[in-house]
Amino acid sequence: MPLVEHLSPRAIAGRAPDVFRHGGWVPMREYGDDEEVDFTIVGTGAGGGTLAAKLAEAGFSVVALDAGPFWRPLEDFASDERHQDKLYWLDERISEGNDPIELGGNNSGRSVGGSTVHYQMVALRFRPEWFRSRTTLGYGHDWPVDWRRMWECYAEVEDALKISGPLTYPWGPKRGRYPYREHELNASAEVLARGCEELGVDWSACPTATVSARRGLSPHCVYRGFCKIGCATNAKQSTLNTFIPRALAAGAEIRDLSMVTRVETGADGRATGVVYQRDGQVRRQRARHVVVAGYSIETPRLLLNSASPKHPDGLANSSGLVGRALMVHTNHAVWGRFQEEIRWYKGPPSLAVCEHWNYADDEKDFFGGYAYMSQGPLPTDFAKTLAESEGIFGTELRRRMADYNHMAGLKIVGETMPQERNRVELADETDRYGVPLARVTYSMCENDRQLADHSLEFMRNALSAAGGQELFQSGGTAHLMGGCRMGFSREDSVVDGDGRSWDVGNLWICDGSLFPTGGGVNPSMTIMALAVHIADRIKTLAGQDAL
Amino acid sequence: MTDSFDPPYPNYDILRKWDSPSYNQITRDVLTERLTAVPQRQFLDEQEWRLLQAICDQLVPQPERTDPVPITPFIDAALTENRTNGTRFAGIPAMREAWRKGLAAIRAEAMAQHDTDFVSLDAHRQEALLHRINDGDAEPAHWDGMPAQRFFRSVLLKEVLAIYYAHPAAQSEIGFGGPAAPRGYVRMGADRMDPWEAPADRRNR
Repeated sequence: MPLVEHLSPRAIAGRAPDVFRHGGWVPMREYGDDEEVDFTIVGTGAGGGTLAAKLAEAGFSVVALDAGPFWRPLEDFASDERHQDKLYWLDERISEGNDPIELGGNNSGRSVGGSTVHYQMVALRFRPEWFRSRTTLGYGHDWPVDWRRMWECYAEVEDALKISGPLTYPWGPKRGRYPYREHELNASAEVLARGCEELGVDWSACPTATVSARRGLSPHCVYRGFCKIGCATNAKQSTLNTFIPRALAAGAEIRDLSMVTRVETGADGRATGVVYQRDGQVRRQRARHVVVAGYSIETPRLLLNSASPKHPDGLANSSGLVGRALMVHTNHAVWGRFQEEIRWYKGPPSLAVCEHWNYADDEKDFFGGYAYMSQGPLPTDFAKTLAESEGIFGTELRRRMADYNHMAGLKIVGETMPQERNRVELADETDRYGVPLARVTYSMCENDRQLADHSLEFMRNALSAAGGQELFQSGGTAHLMGGCRMGFSREDSVVDGDGRSWDVGNLWICDGSLFPTGGGVNPSMTIMALAVHIADRIKTLAGQDAL
Repeated sequence: MTDSFDPPYPNYDILRKWDSPSYNQITRDVLTERLTAVPQRQFLDEQEWRLLQAICDQLVPQPERTDPVPITPFIDAALTENRTNGTRFAGIPAMREAWRKGLAAIRAEAMAQHDTDFVSLDAHRQEALLHRINDGDAEPAHWDGMPAQRFFRSVLLKEVLAIYYAHPAAQSEIGFGGPAAPRGYVRMGADRMDPWEAPADRRNR
């Protein structure tokens, strides 16, 4: 697979790749580096890509930079795990703590479209109470955004991505129907359903960001099952093939392979633009507003690396909270062998979900919740899980892998507590851009362990009730959240409820690092919903001359 | 633990669908290169290369294959290009140094335990030595501060498995559907399969 440093930018000379056509192009408006644009956005994933479209459509001039390449899925995405490593942030980061996190392919994308290019498309909403976790549930922090507002934003995102989901969803307040009908279940999802039926808890077809019928240039999902390493047909609705084309059509410029190394500030402390490297050149983009949307590692890293005399501890960091309270989801799983052939490589990996333990407060003795989904790991992914969790290799591993087609599994997205000791800092060593490497420290707390243990016991019972044998379990983490949380005051948070820095009035954050708490569902829909919210607030503030 | 591998899909080969809609062009290109352009040794020295090959033979033994899936060459190629995987765990040096250090440590373990080179040990002793490292029982003195089990599982074994199971031969042996774009699948239920998938597991027939 190609190394990112050997690729050349594609979005140049007034055009950008057309993600829907082999070798195709769409026209792209371009801005000069010295032209002061309204917004420059660092990162084009679930947060930055969504925001770029919304702001451009509102008439703002927008330049969005991404460190990763601009892919055309039809011609660039192979059915090959090793080759598709090109979708990930593979530059080294140092991982420490009692439970160091696996980064890279586990949770970090590097492409125009960000991690949505390789997400598993699980499209769930937060439980309403999680936006007031501290007040209503007694842990973590409240969010400075009301859940009803967030639910409006979720609805907009679900429509923008034409989420395929069930007619009725068993948990939480009533919601409208999903834009597209739910997908049929694969055998792996039927295992989850059977287990829930046996144990007497609800289950549901999983709302999924891949279309169950043709949508424009996206064909219906053909159940090829390589979703996690990039959808080669464009059935998956990622930021790359939804909000990015919208942003371009509305006049935004997307600069691929552009690594931002510093946010610049003037003598008055306000942001003036960004320094970035593209095609071996150091360049600057001037902007009236800078939005950082690099996700929970790169956003704090960039802010910390943008220290100046006015901002000696890093930009937007008077609270000392930049990089703090990094969260993951625990990703514990139970696996079992079935007599019949499941062949879990077919279809999106998580077509069924159980959110029972996100809502059942009275039956558990720990804070937070978890959802669990059916699974469909590709061969090398599953081989690594088997080796790591069972401590085996050699002929025994080959023999166990021979049962690949008989396996099914249940895996959680488990909420972890925001702990300020879990953080992103700058290491002494620098990378090829001259930027200090991120040092990531993560340790689970007792509550995190209790939640994981609870899930393992429950999923063992469920998998066993569904007919699974020779059960084994695995640990691990997924997703990143927090690191620059939003809040109610300059003391308790990095930004306010609009994503705007308390310290620097023209600096914004728009990504998963905003999360004050992690919730027990995959974060992408909530990141996109926050981007919709922030875009609307920016429009409102501009209308009041309060930008 | 069994000594031999008994293939559940003995006559299945995902390469037979090469000309079908299961393979898009880039997948054909990627696999052509993997199958025909096996990299030459560049980064490791000859001694390291032989040691790594002996280790790979234990991590994924392929005694039944006349043409085993090559693993060492792809590790060497990644090191030549200085490919990283996004995570450097505490105590593990940068990728290239980590591999050099890990190989030297395994060599030292063999010398200390058996007074001979790892490569010269019989298969049983090689396997036992690697199991001790995998189980967390390495001798720290040989590892120069690098966490041995972490290196073994998170760097060495993971990379070996990523290379082995990315190979069509390995995917065929487990009955994986293989490449699937633009054509995916139609039959999704248990024990249901499309004509372009592996036939039923012979153990179930």
